[in-house]
Amino acid sequence: MVETQEQPVRTATPVISVVDLVKRFDSKTVLDGVTLDVFPGETMVIMGGSGCGKSTLLRHMIGSMQPNEGSVRLFGEDLVVLSEDQLNAVRKRFGILFQSGALFNSMTVGENVALPLNEHTDLDEATIDIMVRIKLELVGLREAVDLMPAEISGGMKKRAGLARAIALDPEILFYDEPSAGLDPVTSAEIDQLIMDLTGKLGVTSVVVTHEMDSAFRIADRMGMLDKGRMLKIAPRAEFEAIRDGEATGDEMTDLIRQFLRGDSEGPITDRRRETGYEEDILEMAGGP
Amino acid sequence: MNQDSHSSPVQSERWVGRATVVEVAGDIDLHRSSQFQQSLLDVVDRNPERIVVDLGGVGYMDSSGVASLVKLLSRTRKTGVGLRLVGLTRRVQSVFEITRLNTVFEICQTEEEALA
Repeated sequence: MVETQEQPVRTATPVISVVDLVKRFDSKTVLDGVTLDVFPGETMVIMGGSGCGKSTLLRHMIGSMQPNEGSVRLFGEDLVVLSEDQLNAVRKRFGILFQSGALFNSMTVGENVALPLNEHTDLDEATIDIMVRIKLELVGLREAVDLMPAEISGGMKKRAGLARAIALDPEILFYDEPSAGLDPVTSAEIDQLIMDLTGKLGVTSVVVTHEMDSAFRIADRMGMLDKGRMLKIAPRAEFEAIRDGEATGDEMTDLIRQFLRGDSEGPITDRRRETGYEEDILEMAGGP
Repeated sequence: MNQDSHSSPVQSERWVGRATVVEVAGDIDLHRSSQFQQSLLDVVDRNPERIVVDLGGVGYMDSSGVASLVKLLSRTRKTGVGLRLVGLTRRVQSVFEITRLNTVFEICQTEEEALA
């Protein structure tokens, strides 16, 4: 398989720059030389099937995991060599929407959103209260300010998590599977919010997802990860052309096409069938 | 966001009849919003009939800056002082639109309109 990493020529300095990233867990290589630039104000969607390494890549980009090789730069700072204090200063400049929303169950929705403001600023209580209501209004959740997480739906939890992620007006937002578990309308609302934050406020977004409807709605550029390798990085239109085109006979292109279309037959399923099932099952039986 | 955190975003105040025009400049973020807020609340204490906040020199305002303006609005409503915003740059206008605060504040295109 030929590995290609196509990126348009850009004059802006990337706000995120991942270079030759390698991550191994024991003998298993989860990220295998991933290189990726994200530019200010764009929405970059990273997609791939379960276990392809996209969540691991996200963890490296937020500085919560150390690579075996390579570098990750945010705002020009190499996260790999920063001290914990320096890393915390960088962390104030980005927000993360976790898959579950990751709210604290013992706090109200409003208190959850206020948490980063109380922790990282010296603002007075009234100002923080106003900011909390502004953020909740932004995600359509102002009425839920005094509710506990247990009292709201999964979609509302995700929106509350987003309100907390944007509490400090971050320059970058990372989204881990923002559409997972949501109904189509709520999913579309979250997508619209991501687009508004990017389009109107200039926030840079990195979205890890395998939900293709959502990916094609929000992406400026997309990256396709497969077995720890970045197969292709390109503007959304190029991926749309692959999705909507005929099979080409090129293994990489057809693999991407199968993923984008969600087809039950193609290189991904062919590969699964060739992964030594016979050897595995005989080994379980005590060998041939 | 590179302004000296000790410099006031309020560049000048001038009286036009019974109104005070407050000119604001620079980015308003977490580092400067407290001072911004205090400067604005001090203007209310000088008892103008109306305050016109000219944001034409503000390239970036985060939600702490917006919250400062909300506090100013609350104070002016309690004291019967008029408040109008003018000169919003496209980016700041977007902040007001996305938070729907453009429906809460009186936002004018020109100083003349704000003073009329």
